[in-house]
Amino acid sequence: MPNLWILIIIGVVAVMGFVGARQRALSSGQGDIRNLHSLPSFYGTNAMLAGLIPSLVVLALWTAFQPLVIQSSVTHIIEADQELSDGQLSLAMTDVRRIATGLELAIETGRLDLNQVMDMRADVTDVRPLLGEMGVAVGSDVTPRDLDAAQRFVAMAQTGNLLKTVLVIALSVLGTAFAFVRTSAVFRARNAVERVTMALLIAAASIAILTTVGIVLSMIVNTVEFFRLYPATDFFFGTRWNGTSQLGVLPLLWGTLYISVIALIVAVPIGLFAAIYLSEYASPAVRSFAKPALEVLAGIPTIVYGLFALLTVGPFLLRVFGSGGTFGVDWMSGATAVITAGVVMGIMLIPFVSSLSDDIINAVPQAMRDGSLGLGATPSETIKQVVMPAALPGIVGAILLAASRAIGETMIVVLGAGAAARLSMNPFEAMTTVTTRIVSQLTGDADFTSAQALVAFALGMTLFVITLALNVFALYIVRKYREQYD
Amino acid sequence: MTDATASHTPQPGQGGETAKSSLFTVSPRTRRRNASERRFKAYGVTAILLGLLFLCFLVYSILSKGLPAFTRTVAEVELTLTQAQIDEAESTLLKTGAYRDLMIAELGKVLGDVEPDAIQRIVGNPGAMLRNFYTANPDAIGDTVAFELPTASRVDGYFKGRITREGQANSTFLTPADLDLADRMQEEGIIKREFNWQFLTGAEASDDNPVAAGIGVSVVGSLYMMFVVLALSLPIGVAASIYLEEFAPKNRFTDLIEVNISNLAAVPSIVFGILGLAFFIQFAGLPRSAPLVGGLVLTLMTLPTIIISTRASLRAVPPSIRDAALGVGASKMQSVFHHVLPLALPGILTGTIIGLAQALGETAPLLLIGMVGFVALRYPDTIASGFLDSNSAMPAQIYTWAARADQIFYEKAWGGIIVLLVFLLTMNIIAVILRRRFERRW
Repeated sequence: MPNLWILIIIGVVAVMGFVGARQRALSSGQGDIRNLHSLPSFYGTNAMLAGLIPSLVVLALWTAFQPLVIQSSVTHIIEADQELSDGQLSLAMTDVRRIATGLELAIETGRLDLNQVMDMRADVTDVRPLLGEMGVAVGSDVTPRDLDAAQRFVAMAQTGNLLKTVLVIALSVLGTAFAFVRTSAVFRARNAVERVTMALLIAAASIAILTTVGIVLSMIVNTVEFFRLYPATDFFFGTRWNGTSQLGVLPLLWGTLYISVIALIVAVPIGLFAAIYLSEYASPAVRSFAKPALEVLAGIPTIVYGLFALLTVGPFLLRVFGSGGTFGVDWMSGATAVITAGVVMGIMLIPFVSSLSDDIINAVPQAMRDGSLGLGATPSETIKQVVMPAALPGIVGAILLAASRAIGETMIVVLGAGAAARLSMNPFEAMTTVTTRIVSQLTGDADFTSAQALVAFALGMTLFVITLALNVFALYIVRKYREQYD
Repeated sequence: MTDATASHTPQPGQGGETAKSSLFTVSPRTRRRNASERRFKAYGVTAILLGLLFLCFLVYSILSKGLPAFTRTVAEVELTLTQAQIDEAESTLLKTGAYRDLMIAELGKVLGDVEPDAIQRIVGNPGAMLRNFYTANPDAIGDTVAFELPTASRVDGYFKGRITREGQANSTFLTPADLDLADRMQEEGIIKREFNWQFLTGAEASDDNPVAAGIGVSVVGSLYMMFVVLALSLPIGVAASIYLEEFAPKNRFTDLIEVNISNLAAVPSIVFGILGLAFFIQFAGLPRSAPLVGGLVLTLMTLPTIIISTRASLRAVPPSIRDAALGVGASKMQSVFHHVLPLALPGILTGTIIGLAQALGETAPLLLIGMVGFVALRYPDTIASGFLDSNSAMPAQIYTWAARADQIFYEKAWGGIIVLLVFLLTMNIIAVILRRRFERRW
């Protein structure tokens, strides 16, 4: 039975449980809710939750783990007669899964029944045309071993689904019935419901931890696998990268840092001065117009900036600095370059720097400004000598956060920075970054067991560690050097 | 203090000037300070103007390059095919080629003395479209049918100004003589420009037929993902924020959650893509390119945003509301769910919409889970199958177009950006309206 039907059934059971338990509670209190410990709806909710939660949890877990269990037991069949390498095994498994899909479709559409499928023999019937009929194309003729495995696959899936259906529905009925029987005027339904609700709230809050654990685990496992295939020292200290045999991270880090530095050179002065002007000089009218207008820049998706870099800024810079350009200098040979990506990323970061600095500057108490102005300092002297020193830790923190953004930014560099990994000082050359290489190593039909694909996880780990360190450092600076005025 | 005292002591040599100074004559030092003040202010104005200039430049280049994607150049031809002609075309080896030749012959009759190859260079390859039409509508055989054929991408580019006559001087794909013919066809009213519905409703197309490419299917893919994100991140985010803001005791565990949430908010989006690839696809065995997987990844990415904004709006509800509810006998849980949560709802919704808008524009994680390349090829058959069918999303589709070679795909990419920005703008406007209309100041 498909999951949708199971869901509908347990939903109906839950609703019946709600109505039933509510009625039972009311009648056990002689129809007067003052005789009940909790409001009637709590009794209903209690019965509903008692049926829903265990059955939904089992349903979700079963659906998630059944394929894994089946897969591992079918793998044994394939491996029984011969040792296979990982690559061969995964190919064979793909075939088996396709055949099994075809067989399942044949059962579903009523073309064959389960027994017929189980009795099928590869040396007697030709399975391929049948699969073709079901819309499943198989590359070569089906071997007895594959068919055997596929039949096992289908059989296990069928049994598993049946067991799942029975178990889930039984749990939902039993749970509801249990809560229904317990329902009486003295039962503390509200406390029970609130305990469950609290557990759900805590579970939701823990998802943040689970996500972090998931990120770290998924990267560590694959990174360790990568270092088994490729020496870690060559990865961390290698100065060459070609994506296949030479996987040194230094050129990528260099490109990443170079682009980020250019981005910060663009973003920090503009963002900072914009923030100073908006918070110290601008009239309310100017502020109410300019601040949201600058923040529009922050709401634009990065793919837009990427296209802007590739198709507008890149060609523009090429016309200025390329051969036969405005300045007559032949510095740039292609539209994608470090400076293209850096400038566009800088534009993207302007609102980030300006709105963070704006908040920080506004947090400096007015009394300090008044004191300085009262002593005869001009507004700019006040800003330079009083406001800025007070706001400095916060601003440094904001710049570090912007740097972490720039290092982790992907689409702008994928489209604007180019693909050549090199260690060069020339900002008009194309260079590549950590994020760009992650994308290029993992898109397409990568074989996840090769060093070429696994290196992306090591790169991701590097990126994660760098950005995390920057964020933590930013927080540390803000906390340590913050001046407490109140 | 030493500095301050020093500057007040008359210096030898400056003493004379100090004595002569008056409020009515500006001393050189004051002039210097005032100039520095003006300079400083000018820097600020320049910074703001630069920011706004970049914004205008960005908007201008999006609009000027993207709007042409919404029109297309078509050739209108009336064609009458008999059963005999159809049979003959069906019997040839290259069936669509035979249909194309029929169309070209018809156009040749209208235009007079023109070589067929030139016509083919202008109308491209309409054979498949004709054949599909006649297979679907056998009744139309023998009747006169008016066809609107999309012209070849270069002709389209010529009428939109993307391709110049000079640029085609040595081209074999479209010669200057062909451009004369195209101009003549336009004067005779055969070629005209019309609104390109196909761009809004169509699917991804191959390099052979770039004019047909449209963003419709990937819009559907994006909507599926947004549905997943909304259905998961709103309840989970709100539940997590309620726990952290209203119930959480101050201990190691809640500290750990807090640190995790603030760190996740700053993790680069591509890292979430790696998580999605390793966990949902490699480990859990979900299919690649499925909007469900994209939605799950974006949910994890959006959760911190939603949690942070939800907590802010829960915090904005004054404690007196909670106290009043507790005072009349509500439990802590009842006071939160019956009183605090409804009052915080406008703020929560605003934050959710902004989080969704962010997720809608996100590209990098989608590239890693395979929502890139030729995946947005057809609409899902049923509503349920759309979650697992291969599909792209708007930003990933734009990236795919930007990475292609043919110039016309750049125009499609800019056009796609306009569609994407219209969605984002609408969402943000809804958020602003919600905030303006329902936000309460206590």
